[in-house]
Amino acid sequence: MTIAGAVQLTAFLLVLLATVRPLGRYMARVYGGERTFLHPLIGPIERLMHRFAGIRPDDEFGWKENAIAMLIFNALGFIVVYVLQRTQGMLPFDPGRFPGVPPDLAFNTAVSFVSNTNWQAYGGETTMSHLTQMLGLTVQNFVSAATGMAVLVLFIRGIARHSAHTLGSFWVDLIRSVLYILLPLSVILSLGLVSQGVVQTFDGTRTIPFLDRVVDAGGADVPSQAIAVGPVASQIAIKQLGTNGGGFFNTNAAHPFENPTPVSNSLELLAILLIPAALCYTFGVMVGDTREGWAILAAMLVIFIPFVVLTAGAEQAGVPSYTGGGVGMQASPGQPGGNMEGKEVRFGIMQSALWATATTAASNGSVNAMHDSFTPMGGFVTLVMMQLGEVVFGGVGSGLYGMLVFVIVAVFVAGLLVGRTPEYLGHKIEPYDMKMASLLILIMPLLVLGGTALGVALEAGRSSITNPGPHGFSQVLYAFTSTGNNNGSAFAGLAANTPFYNVAGGIAMLVSRYWLAIPALALAGSLAAKKRIPASEGTLPTHTALFVSWLVAIVLIVGALNFIPALALGPLVEHLLL
Amino acid sequence: MVAKHTRTGLVVLVMFTVITGVIYPVMVTAVAQLTFSHEANGSIIIRDGTAVGSALIGQPFDSPGYFWSRPSATAPFPYNAAASGGSNLSSMNPALVERVHHAVARIRSADTTMHQPVPVDLVTASGSGLDPHISPDAARVQVPRIAREHGISSGLLYALVDHHTERPLFGFFGAPRVNVLLLNLDLDGLRQTGGTR
Repeated sequence: MTIAGAVQLTAFLLVLLATVRPLGRYMARVYGGERTFLHPLIGPIERLMHRFAGIRPDDEFGWKENAIAMLIFNALGFIVVYVLQRTQGMLPFDPGRFPGVPPDLAFNTAVSFVSNTNWQAYGGETTMSHLTQMLGLTVQNFVSAATGMAVLVLFIRGIARHSAHTLGSFWVDLIRSVLYILLPLSVILSLGLVSQGVVQTFDGTRTIPFLDRVVDAGGADVPSQAIAVGPVASQIAIKQLGTNGGGFFNTNAAHPFENPTPVSNSLELLAILLIPAALCYTFGVMVGDTREGWAILAAMLVIFIPFVVLTAGAEQAGVPSYTGGGVGMQASPGQPGGNMEGKEVRFGIMQSALWATATTAASNGSVNAMHDSFTPMGGFVTLVMMQLGEVVFGGVGSGLYGMLVFVIVAVFVAGLLVGRTPEYLGHKIEPYDMKMASLLILIMPLLVLGGTALGVALEAGRSSITNPGPHGFSQVLYAFTSTGNNNGSAFAGLAANTPFYNVAGGIAMLVSRYWLAIPALALAGSLAAKKRIPASEGTLPTHTALFVSWLVAIVLIVGALNFIPALALGPLVEHLLL
Repeated sequence: MVAKHTRTGLVVLVMFTVITGVIYPVMVTAVAQLTFSHEANGSIIIRDGTAVGSALIGQPFDSPGYFWSRPSATAPFPYNAAASGGSNLSSMNPALVERVHHAVARIRSADTTMHQPVPVDLVTASGSGLDPHISPDAARVQVPRIAREHGISSGLLYALVDHHTERPLFGFFGAPRVNVLLLNLDLDGLRQTGGTR
């Protein structure tokens, strides 16, 4: 890693940390139903929604009723996105005159956006009408993120409450997440991005002649360039903030109209981790001890930072096989050096490596460089960050409830080691809780490894592979790692728009989102119902450096046990062959 | 219970569709068009009253008399701004290594006096296939070829490259870069105004 790279990483982390307290406290006030500075503006809209939808701000439901509400809302979203895609050819606002989307792709895309994955088997500018992008995809960017946040808040209440049989209302928390948090931040971010050159218009394409002579693959002259534009900034803002990641254009945030400058890149990068990091503080406030929140954020950073350094180092080292041709890969003030295939000059190595690590650590999945063309070790990091279960930041909401489940496992294992009854924040951890926690942790590897095995066993899976050798295996592993963790990024060379990947990936996304959210809510319900046990001599404090290290170890060991064999067949052996 | 929540869900979804799917993008578009109209519409460069390109979207250049841009993996022709795309070839893919070596060979055969290593960004395809930039070094290694081609002094061309070099923000955010289209437009201007020896 270069010195400039180290400075960029440090500056980024300092800015991120500076936002944690103010935003975390604000969100705690919002979810606590307290007044904030935005209430005069947004309060009336919130009350209007409550009135039309028959919601009362003091509604209280148990975990099962909240789970049902969540599932119904997501099912409705799925139907809308599916139908919009199938019928877009007959609907207005389609300047590119795109026809209806085929059923398998429409299923995959609808699941993908509803489940906050935003895996894209299509190229946005060549497939989706403006209407589909706005009414279908942009709306799901908001509400799928808000679903994750609402489930998290219900989960936190489960930890914060004692002898209680309700967790709050999914609807109240959902509406608050959109109106008070996601929407205001998106407005600010989208205008910031437009100032940098991200386009925001309802026009279609603009055709401009080329300056130099250009011929196509068949040798015919191409006189001009058709430049696709659209309402991009408004979608980019929420796809970054809501850990969605689904771009307007095929190449996502590598496209100059989605991410034109280092400033826009830094803003979008910050937006990936902004809410997941601040939610740790919100958690601390809601359970009455902010040290508990800082401890979790610390554990996330302890895992995150070394992996950024590893990626940056691997990408900066470049590709040995180029040198035979006399290629300069040494970084200097006049050139980025390193492995620049699939990367943009304006970002260079560091902003590409930092983004790749952040977007896979959080379950964002947007990309500003092509992960498929990363060096083997760079690709290894992106895989590992997802395979840890999307708990290092993770998806907005879902990442933190995933990490809190790891906390409970860590407490339990520690309790076994010292022979004490495991307890967390006044709750005794019992067999039912451990069953739910185990479900959360074990379903994901089953999906990822099972899916990958299927993918490489079937011709329908293998025929989509586009790179030779171990990297071909990595492409399939990446596809199921990404969909099985609701990340959405890809080794994009894989020809993923086939019935096999659309259906198998769609199922992986469905299961990983909802089969994890439901046991999480069940666990929350169980914790809330328990009597408070007062802290005693034997209570393991969960805000100390010792516990943070223990938590990090548990996360890494579980991840390693699950995935080292698969990783050895893909990126690790590829690195040895490099 | 299911019926009640379905009704609530429908109303919430419809209202959010209006708020986040219509009002939000329309409002952002309105403000963007009022405040940053140039940027919101694609940063189009106008020369003599006609649009000649976007300052953010690269164009392919491989005539000897122009500064060349990076290879582009878009189909069916390079820098297709209606269908962005990267190569997605892995580091070890022979097709990629061969393409890189081929690009190096083309650069060297266009300027046989060139002996220094070719900057890696000039022979690799960007992620978007639309990268408008090359590194300052990648521009500078092309100066002798272009100077010979047009009979312009290389000093003038080095100065032109320097003029077009954008530095990293605060000295470290992002990477130094040169916009190839803007550079070549000015190169055309230089030739017309008689930047000859």
